[in-house]
Amino acid sequence: MAVDMRCPVGGRLDRTQPIPFRFNGKTYQGFAGDTLASALIANGIYLTARSFKYHRPRGIVGAGYEEPSSLVELIGDEQSGNQSITRIMIRPGLQAKSVNCWPSAAFDLMAVNQMFARMIPAAFYYKTFMWPHWRLYEPSIRRAAGLASAPEQNLHQGRYEVRNAHCDLLVIGAGPAGLIAALYAARNGARVILADDGIEPGGSLLNQNTTIDGMAALDWVDMVITELDTCDNVLRLHEASVWAYREDNLLMISERSPQTEGIFQRGWRVRSAQVLLATGAIERNLVFANNDRPGIMLASAAQGYVNRFAVKPGKHAVIFTNNSSAYRVAADLRKAGIEVQAIIDSRQDIGDRSAALVAGIEIISNHMIVTTHGQRRVKGVTLCDNNSGQARQIDCDLICVSGGWNPTLHLFSQARGKLAWDDGLATFVAAGVSQECVCIGAAAGNFSLPQVFADALCKMRNLLEKLGINVRHEPNLPDCEAEADYAIEPLWHVKCNARLARKSFIDLQNDVTLADVHLSLREGFEAVEHVKRYTTAGMGLDQGKTGNLNVIGAIANATGVEPQAIGTTTFRSPYVPIEFGALSGSREGSVYLPYRHTPITRWHQANGACMYEAGARWRRPGYYPRAGESFQQTVNRESFAVRNNVGVYDGAPLGKFEIKGRDAPAFIEMLYTNNFTNLKTGMGRYGIMLTEDGRILDDGLSFKIADGHYFMSTSTGNADAVNQHMEFFLQTHRPEWQVRITTVTTQWANATICGPRARELLHLLGTDIDLSADEFPFMAMRNGIVAGLPARVCRVSFTGELSFEINVWPRYFRRLWESIITLGQQYEITPIGSEANHVLRVEKGFLSLGHEADATTDPYDLGMGWIMSSSKADFIGKRAVEIRRGANLPRRELVGLLIDDSERLVEENAPITPGGRREKTEGFVTACVWSLVQNRAIALALLMDGRNRIGETVFIRMKDDVVTAQITAPCFHDAAGLRLRN
Amino acid sequence: MLKIICPFCGPRNESEFIHGGPLKPRRTDDPGQLSEPQWIEYLTVPPNPIGPIDERWWHVRGCGRWITIRRDTLTHEILESGSDA
Repeated sequence: MAVDMRCPVGGRLDRTQPIPFRFNGKTYQGFAGDTLASALIANGIYLTARSFKYHRPRGIVGAGYEEPSSLVELIGDEQSGNQSITRIMIRPGLQAKSVNCWPSAAFDLMAVNQMFARMIPAAFYYKTFMWPHWRLYEPSIRRAAGLASAPEQNLHQGRYEVRNAHCDLLVIGAGPAGLIAALYAARNGARVILADDGIEPGGSLLNQNTTIDGMAALDWVDMVITELDTCDNVLRLHEASVWAYREDNLLMISERSPQTEGIFQRGWRVRSAQVLLATGAIERNLVFANNDRPGIMLASAAQGYVNRFAVKPGKHAVIFTNNSSAYRVAADLRKAGIEVQAIIDSRQDIGDRSAALVAGIEIISNHMIVTTHGQRRVKGVTLCDNNSGQARQIDCDLICVSGGWNPTLHLFSQARGKLAWDDGLATFVAAGVSQECVCIGAAAGNFSLPQVFADALCKMRNLLEKLGINVRHEPNLPDCEAEADYAIEPLWHVKCNARLARKSFIDLQNDVTLADVHLSLREGFEAVEHVKRYTTAGMGLDQGKTGNLNVIGAIANATGVEPQAIGTTTFRSPYVPIEFGALSGSREGSVYLPYRHTPITRWHQANGACMYEAGARWRRPGYYPRAGESFQQTVNRESFAVRNNVGVYDGAPLGKFEIKGRDAPAFIEMLYTNNFTNLKTGMGRYGIMLTEDGRILDDGLSFKIADGHYFMSTSTGNADAVNQHMEFFLQTHRPEWQVRITTVTTQWANATICGPRARELLHLLGTDIDLSADEFPFMAMRNGIVAGLPARVCRVSFTGELSFEINVWPRYFRRLWESIITLGQQYEITPIGSEANHVLRVEKGFLSLGHEADATTDPYDLGMGWIMSSSKADFIGKRAVEIRRGANLPRRELVGLLIDDSERLVEENAPITPGGRREKTEGFVTACVWSLVQNRAIALALLMDGRNRIGETVFIRMKDDVVTAQITAPCFHDAAGLRLRN
Repeated sequence: MLKIICPFCGPRNESEFIHGGPLKPRRTDDPGQLSEPQWIEYLTVPPNPIGPIDERWWHVRGCGRWITIRRDTLTHEILESGSDA
């Protein structure tokens, strides 16, 4: 039978618009303006969740983002996990289900965990599932404990955006304090952004039933909003959570439903000169045995449900409080037609003004609830007299609890603001600020409306003056109902025995009990940060918004220390759960870190290239498979072409720099380990650069264009690092040197033709450069015309064959490439990818950064001691290498390996150990390829004392077996280098 | 995200910069003059205080200049900003 808990009138609802929705497989109906929580309450649904660990029945506890208990998963078109039930507006087509229960919240099989609750206290899993390793157990434990599963697909891809904004004043929160402050600033011309987390503005006024300036409070809100919305200097964001307070007043905002076509969510990064934290306050839970049953909710939440949504969360209520704020709630509940059985107050003195609000309701002072009854819903409470211990029972289906109020200082603390304990409020309040921000209203510890307004107006005047704004228009102090001063006596938990402590929940989301905190203390985890980690209290999606201070209080009670001495845990962003999409905006997937493409990427793709990333996000062809070819056949074909005819590869990504200036020669000498002084104009030289601590930074070439003018090329992946290295040295260590570095990587694209017939092909392309070996020797650079295009041709070789690197402007590159491919047909020209390049360089023993040259090797290790100039007094890294080698310790040295099983390829980085035994490695394989010229598997390796061991056998430990190989010199082809000098 | 004042470009987001480590004395023209421990100290023992430190940042996505700022490592506050390196 349908239950209707809706009040006949009232609420911020549109009763002409009934909306059907589905929850846990059943269809219900609510009204426009309802949240999922309020609509479920209207339908008499109270059991909405199962708890995280013990699978205890849980209900709705809060009314806003503080909700610790009821999380739901949206299904269907809006699939999304772990949404707070109190923050979802119902809308046609909404489908939701409870998380963490199977098969349903009402009948949950995992609820057997409750029976074993005693055996699974805090840290149980970590202590128990130790052997052989936690990893083995983690997946199934996580499944049992987990929250919602992650959505299977990204439904909103491409519909997020991120904006940057600047303003004079960011006001966080559109409650009474935030609204009056925004109004004040707006009227005086400040650039204001007002961000509010709520579905509609008003903050605490939405829950309350009060008047401002003689009108209903929400009419006052409407009036202020209307004025703000007419101001050009105000940007108002609604359903916008400010979730991080970063350095220099940078605030991160997630706007959950921007009213922009096609945009699902929007992230904001706002730099504001001043920040106003009008973030309000959050009510604390009270800790007593079985305080988690469905039907137990925060008093302020119950007040919100009756006033804002016109629903009754129960018929017979009991209120349990330690402070004065719950008395207004009792009055409002009664007005809505809920029978308030009693107000149980832990204090002795209530105060006349509180009592006057609830005349006719039984006030049971100096009492506490010691336990509750009921299974799937609370049915009654047992309370005890604080002095006599005399017990009594009251039947009820709703318990409203109020443990006092905490100013919401999360963002303030993220801003490194200092907190101080306030005895009167029994909570932490804002003390010293360290960024340009001010707390106002309830966030500043003002818990009555007249105080809130007075506080806001007073602070705003100072703030505007600080902004250099001449205050001309001051809003009048709004006139509101007098309220009793907030009065509280702290009650961190109801004292109880160990059995009841295991059912006294401090953190509802993580199922952390008072007993867990006590266990943590007994086991030596006494600091509040340790208690948090041991018990997981304060973690999860709600971040302990309603329970954290109770943890601190429980520690205080147990250890006899004052709460202020215990302190708080660190407040970290995000304050509320946010979606990754709102962080990245449109920067996602393929455009998150965009690839760099050469001018002929499309040609490569059209010609069947399998594209690789070649370092620094460059896309380059890996190989060009033909139909029916295996991977190895393709690589062999490409390698064969270079060794026997001619191949061509796209070298456009190669890092390129022009170095120019009076002191360029001295600079080049500092950069490279070898000597460049005698380099002739038009000639280039291979060189190695070290970092100052002796690491090989890069290897590359520099050509002398003219005196004081060089053309430098670097490896593709290291171009940016080399640029940083050069600029750093020049600007910070030799600022007086006149040298200018220009990056020209993308000003010159190059096609490298390589192979014995490269010269013939270059002739055929047509060039005015004399290509004879005498006029254009190895390592020379010539400017001229190639294939009708202005070109810079370098005679270098990374393959061991005769090679010409033809550099042209990018706009000509495709023409050059197509000429080469067309005219090269008669030499069976073959485009080659990085796989064949790799084979060719391994055959030659040319080093590759990241393979042979890692952070442990120096040029001597690589057999390149000749490149470490002994005649130069200084170069970067010289002293560090000398010091390291001065230790005379054995070093790993570059060697070649012939794998005994000539068909066997071994993995890169495979370890070499003595005799192949499970011992400390003496080296590792840096590269292993199938060599066409050797017709067998060959490898390069770094091996301890390798050069003295040529001819010996080494043992490579593979996953399942040991592979043997003979040590050789690290060159398998044309050791004399006659071919590349041809 | 810090707001760093570049002496050439004005206040800019940290994301335009690359951190270049603490300020070190100018590299000597002749490291061979220094003793081994002195050079090792220079290379491997960067200042790492809790509190103010002079450090270098590279405005790589801006003007390309290396600049020096004085920053408190505890509070992230920039105490002196933006001198040319």
